[in-house]
Amino acid sequence: MSATAPRLAPLWRITPVTTSLALASRVVARNLRVYRRGWMYLLSGFVEPFLYLLSVGVGLGHLVGGLQVGGRAVTYAQFVAPGLLAAQAMNGAIFDTTYNLFYKLKYAHTYEAVLATPVGTNEVALGEIGWALARGTTYGAAFLGVMAGLGLVLSPWGVLCLPVVALVSFAFAATGMAVTSFMRSWQDVDSVALALLPLFLFSGTFYPLGVYPSAVAWLVRVTPLYQGVDVLRAFSTGTPSWSVCWHLAYLLALAGLALAITSRRLRRLLAP
Amino acid sequence: MPATPSGLAVRARALRKEFGSFAAVDGIDFDIARGEAFGFLGPNGAGKTSTMRMIACMSPRTGGELEVRGMDPATDGRAIRAGIGLVPQEDALDTELSVLDNMLVYGRYFGIPRRAVRARAEQLLEFAQLSERSDAKVDALSGGMRRRLVIARALISSPDLVILDEPTTGLDPQARHLVWERLYRLKQEGVTLVLTTHYMDEAEQLCDRLVVMDRGRIAAEGPPRQLIEQQVSREVLELRLEDADEGRALEALKGLADRIEELPDRLCCYGEDGDELLAAVIDAGVHPNGVLVRRATLEDVFLRLTGRSLAD
Ligand SMILES: Nc1ncnc2c1ncn2[C@@H]1O[C@H](COP(=O)(O)OP(=O)(O)OP(=O)(O)O)[C@@H](O)[C@H]1O
Ligand SMILES: [Mg+2]
Repeated sequence: MSATAPRLAPLWRITPVTTSLALASRVVARNLRVYRRGWMYLLSGFVEPFLYLLSVGVGLGHLVGGLQVGGRAVTYAQFVAPGLLAAQAMNGAIFDTTYNLFYKLKYAHTYEAVLATPVGTNEVALGEIGWALARGTTYGAAFLGVMAGLGLVLSPWGVLCLPVVALVSFAFAATGMAVTSFMRSWQDVDSVALALLPLFLFSGTFYPLGVYPSAVAWLVRVTPLYQGVDVLRAFSTGTPSWSVCWHLAYLLALAGLALAITSRRLRRLLAP
Repeated sequence: MPATPSGLAVRARALRKEFGSFAAVDGIDFDIARGEAFGFLGPNGAGKTSTMRMIACMSPRTGGELEVRGMDPATDGRAIRAGIGLVPQEDALDTELSVLDNMLVYGRYFGIPRRAVRARAEQLLEFAQLSERSDAKVDALSGGMRRRLVIARALISSPDLVILDEPTTGLDPQARHLVWERLYRLKQEGVTLVLTTHYMDEAEQLCDRLVVMDRGRIAAEGPPRQLIEQQVSREVLELRLEDADEGRALEALKGLADRIEELPDRLCCYGEDGDELLAAVIDAGVHPNGVLVRRATLEDVFLRLTGRSLAD
């Protein structure tokens, strides 16, 4: 080799996928160990969406009456529950890869010694995203169970809600991590909540897009949470159409793009 | 890099590390044999940590050649790291985990099976005299205990190359000696040690060979004793004088001392025989306020090579 800068080997050659996933799972195991003692904190994440479901879905539902989804008449609670499910998947996933990740990167320097082991920056990214995904999916699964118990899942298609919840969690976990890798201060991190609130309120979560002027409706159609809301509602009410494929492709593409950005950024931040 | 590995633990040629346009490591060559204890000395900002991080495959080199454990960090980082134990300059312990959990989690990163990692962790906590603090949070440990934990953690994977970046900075003498004794035992077991330190006595005690770095380059290289003989004389005479006497003393020493260094508070005269230098000064009728004749140390070499002013 010449005395010039060495070229990096292509990723697939240095990192067999199985090794990489096995190492990433150890990063997940580390987080599990930390939260073994903090399970109350984990539990609190379950409660919030149930409160929404009771107050908005059941309470407000008495005033609102029924709605149409994909040509099918549903109650307001049946309409709003999949919206809350999508929001649950988003919220359950994103705080681990934004607030918690920022703390680990900037203050705890959690990964500094980790990167001296066979674990690399890509495994750190996969592990943290995997952990956030698991958390978002667990919350989602619990919520889905309650929905089923309350008669808010109207069709066997509803089973597919679970993998979709996982995909929504994955996309938001990855996006959160990519965005956090650019953050410099806690003010930046606080802006995450500022971005999530309108997503939560306006993504067709609480009412159909039909109430918007068409320009606004189109704007909502290209935002990420809307994709999850629409697919989950289609499955839980048993009214899937081909547009589901477009939404899923959108979420997959978002996750892929965010992963690619995260991978580059983490290498710059953690292995300068 | 040569097609066949060199058989060395670490081999570097024209190794460079740049941050932007600034060269933290500016083309250095060194060989570290397997089983050797090799030291990097140098003032703050000399590039020691940057070099350690490149060897540990935690930071890509900007140029030159580097071979670690027979492999190239640019392509085989993961395989190389599997056999390395690192004691970083900052402890980088996981403050959200207990002492024992720090060990267990770290061992799992190396792929050590669950059962084996527990046995090994307990054994190493014993070795670091931390068994009683297994369940303590890391934040509750003293600085010295933390450092011992970091060393224990570095050994969890039974590495054949241990990199220690200022292993004993901030430790009390007891803790320092304990660490030295542990490192000596590792060396006996054939583990290669690469360390940086600001303590010259530590370098003399532990290192078979060392380099002195300054501003990203290597200023000198060799075994500690040999460096002392080459770079400074065998003995040093330190004199504290009245200002009026200084001229006469310098006159008397001229031709006798190998080198004289005039410091604000004293004269340092380097020569083969310190007592002989002193006799010459006394003969010239000078009455020093204070006298010290001592063997030259690595510290003299260090100051000679890197200067007395602060690096940054
Ligand atoms: N990530 C980085 N980005 C920019 N500059 C850096 C970075 N890391 C180190 N440097 C610079 O490189 C130079 C060498 O730093 P390094 O940490 O290697 O020194 P050192 O010899 O370990 O010093 P010390 O004895 O203080 O630990 C310093 O000037 C430092 O500011
Ligand atoms: Mg350093």
